[in-house]
Amino acid sequence: MRGPRAPLFLARQGYRRRRLVDMALLLPLLGVVLFQLPLLAGGAETGPRASTIAYLFAAWALLIVMSALLARRLCQAGDPYEEEAGTGPGDGAP
Amino acid sequence: MIAFNLLVAICLVYVVFLFLVAFWAERRAMAGQGGWLRSPLVYTLSLSVYCTAWTFYGAVGYAVRSGLEFVTIYLGPTLVLIGWWWTLRKLVRIGKTQRITSIADLISSRYGKSNVLGVIVTLMAVVGTTPYIALQLQSVTLSFAVFAPKDVGQWAMADLNATALTVAAGLAVFTVLFGTRNLDANERHHGVVTAIAVEAVVKLVALLAVGVFVVWGLAGGPADMMARIEASPITDTPISTGRWIGLTFLSAAAILTLPRMFQVLVVENADERHLATASWAFPLYLLLMSLFVVPIAVVGLAEMPAGTNPDLFVLSLPLAHSREGLATLAFLGGFSSATSMVIVAAIALSTMVSNHIVMPLFLSWKTQGATMSGDVRKLVLRARRVSIAAVLFLGYLYFRLSGGSEALAAIGLISFAGVAQVLPALVGGIFWRGATRRGAVAGLVTGFAIWAYTLFLPSFGEGAVMGARLIAEGPFGLGWLRPQALFGTGGLDPVVHAVFWSMALNAGAFIAVSLSGFPSPMERLQGAQFVNVFEHSSAGRGWSQGRAEAEDLLLMAQRILGAEQAQGLFQRTAAEQGKLGYLPEITPDFLQRLERELAGSVGAATAHAMVGQIVGRSSVSVEDLMAVADETAQMMEYSSQLEAKSEELALTARQLREANEKLTELSIQKDAFLSQISHELRTPMTSIRSFSEILLDGQGLGDEDRRRYCRVIHEEALRLTRLLDDLLDLSVLENGQVTLNRQEGELAELIDRAVAAAGVTGARARIAIRRDPARERVKLVTDTDRLSQVFINLIANAQKYCDAEAPELRIEVQAGGGSVAVDFIDNGSGIPRKSQSIIFEKFARLSDPRSAGGAGLGLAICREIMAKLGGSIIYLPGGGGAAFRVTLPLARAAEAA
Repeated sequence: MRGPRAPLFLARQGYRRRRLVDMALLLPLLGVVLFQLPLLAGGAETGPRASTIAYLFAAWALLIVMSALLARRLCQAGDPYEEEAGTGPGDGAP
Repeated sequence: MIAFNLLVAICLVYVVFLFLVAFWAERRAMAGQGGWLRSPLVYTLSLSVYCTAWTFYGAVGYAVRSGLEFVTIYLGPTLVLIGWWWTLRKLVRIGKTQRITSIADLISSRYGKSNVLGVIVTLMAVVGTTPYIALQLQSVTLSFAVFAPKDVGQWAMADLNATALTVAAGLAVFTVLFGTRNLDANERHHGVVTAIAVEAVVKLVALLAVGVFVVWGLAGGPADMMARIEASPITDTPISTGRWIGLTFLSAAAILTLPRMFQVLVVENADERHLATASWAFPLYLLLMSLFVVPIAVVGLAEMPAGTNPDLFVLSLPLAHSREGLATLAFLGGFSSATSMVIVAAIALSTMVSNHIVMPLFLSWKTQGATMSGDVRKLVLRARRVSIAAVLFLGYLYFRLSGGSEALAAIGLISFAGVAQVLPALVGGIFWRGATRRGAVAGLVTGFAIWAYTLFLPSFGEGAVMGARLIAEGPFGLGWLRPQALFGTGGLDPVVHAVFWSMALNAGAFIAVSLSGFPSPMERLQGAQFVNVFEHSSAGRGWSQGRAEAEDLLLMAQRILGAEQAQGLFQRTAAEQGKLGYLPEITPDFLQRLERELAGSVGAATAHAMVGQIVGRSSVSVEDLMAVADETAQMMEYSSQLEAKSEELALTARQLREANEKLTELSIQKDAFLSQISHELRTPMTSIRSFSEILLDGQGLGDEDRRRYCRVIHEEALRLTRLLDDLLDLSVLENGQVTLNRQEGELAELIDRAVAAAGVTGARARIAIRRDPARERVKLVTDTDRLSQVFINLIANAQKYCDAEAPELRIEVQAGGGSVAVDFIDNGSGIPRKSQSIIFEKFARLSDPRSAGGAGLGLAICREIMAKLGGSIIYLPGGGGAAFRVTLPLARAAEAA
């Protein structure tokens, strides 16, 4: 079902875009880690301190900023939708 | 305190304003000027239907009750949005290519356009959404109650109910007006989306205003606020690890599976790029919506009298400080939250109900097919309108029955957990090609049943649906089946417990049944298209061969799409096919396109069924697929045949070229032969003619002369005869017409005969013959006459051409290796190397003065004879003089011996 195999090494631009896509894929995982930290910071035993709440919102804002930068770069790096198949981890047919 | 009637008036004005916005947007879109209406900003704002009255009012109450936990409801969607590259991107693309109209349509379409799945998901969505709509009605009525004059008795329950009913009716009117205006392809609702975007702004501004008022008005700024938070009981509430993780997961699942979220995320999406903006803008919206929740809760707890409903702090705090304008704004914000959710949910649900329940029923009821009388388009629209009213009425009913006692957040979570059951089938459907329809049904039914058993039914309170004993001891006293402690996991929070077990068993059943079953061809086709949507965004084949009448299809399409749109579609297709008029050729491509268009209005399963009724089949059969495969195989075979043929042609051409060269060569040879033969014939003829003329003159000739001339004539005539004999002989041999006369003979005898015939015996012998009689005793079965002819020729040649002083010819015989070789070797100077290759050719007489009498055919005849006898004759170089080897197969000889 696959078309002709993609070349093994990409030009610089294509390479950058691949890494941008990697970042887009990894960002939510970073979010999961950041959002679990209040549990480790003692929130599960004594309840969150005000600083914990502030941290949570700061982490949230950080994710938003990163996501915004990434989205802009992805759109600038060419049409993200014209990405050839096989970049998404779920794209591989079983 | 603001006058209640004024509040109602403001509310009405606001509603009218929304109507106008929606109407204006609809007009702009129709006029084709709605470019900015479809901007990423509007898309992002429309996603805010996620933030309902539950968020607007309930989040503060949630924070008061459970501390920081309320934020999980926003963290889940944030993770999904910033991880848009994983799922949302794919969902939106699939929604676009497959013209998905709802989440039920997506599931149904993915699993082979199965209507059973459509019905299941629709029912689940209705059951899961109805309490949520009730929740919105409740919050609106409660917020009205806050403003109600306290002195005029209590706001009676009847008034609350009346308010709820009015609100529900008003929403129904708005939704019907703007949600079922057209059966637009792709189900886009410009007016609704624009109105919702406006409402999104209102609720955000309202909540931020209250937040700012609380932080800077009531508290002394951020620093003071932090101190107050630190001191408040909210920070004393420990975070439950299970609920924190479980609810984050649940809200992440909900944003993908809630019918209203699917509607705004996928169905109403105008441009896939908008998703890139929404990936950060919507989390930002959520952040802003929850930023002031904790401050409001903290200040509310500190300042409001005990017993005040914390769910309504957003309203009661400004009111308590006589900030009526702010309170009104907050009220409008809450109102917006509730109405936008209800409108979108009602549209989504009505689409699902009409496409997956009403239309299939209609189709099976009217068995004659979709072309018969009755306007399907009107029917669909009517079904939607009735569905909207029914959904809202159901919500109202639930509100009445539950009595509005439930804390808002609890209903929200129950609803989330219900619709999240679609998640395994959804995610499995777009990432795993092995997911099957049976698996999806099994997973959905299992998950939904467990959700109902462990969360939904117990939520009505002990004794309402489930008895207290059932909840405490389990059915029939089976403790491990207790609804809130399945398999002895009673230590979990009820919601986490229900989410864990329902999702685990749902996914388990989905995977297990999918793995063990085998999907139908249609499922496999759809599965490949969904999972690999980025590889081939084109459609797979749905219809292999059209037998439908174009006119019937046009009739049906007109009923669904409307006459103008349907005719436009048909005309365009016909034009693309190069035909005039409205009726295109019914090609599979066209059928597919038409089905896609119809699916945009009535859903994939129904569209497939309708086209199927006309085309004469309801799904892709194995035969169709076989036909497609056959066609492909035939094409491949044909092309390989072509390839083979072209190779063959090249080969033939080469052969022809070779044959042509040979023919040309032969023609040259023939010409040479003819000129040669005429020359050969001419020479003796000339002498015969001249001598006979001399004889005719006759005078003065002596007897001696006369006799001499006569002898010359006679000799020349003999030579001519011999030449002609030779020619005849050669021609007979070459044409293969010779019949061999096989007989037994001894080689020695044959050589004796040949030597005698060649006239080399006795006194006249010019050449001495050396033989070894002992070795010549070889018996042969062959045409002895022909063989001796060869020998004679060779001996005669030696006698004629041997140029030695004392010519001698050795005849050596060597038998062995299955053949016998007879060598004729003279002691002359032999044949020059350059001539050795041509001596067997016709007329290949070497330029030799003593060649008279020979026509140059002897060796050619020898070669032909030996070939006929199964042997060969070659020139042996390096044998001293001229040496010829005649080889004969000995098989016959051995047999005879």
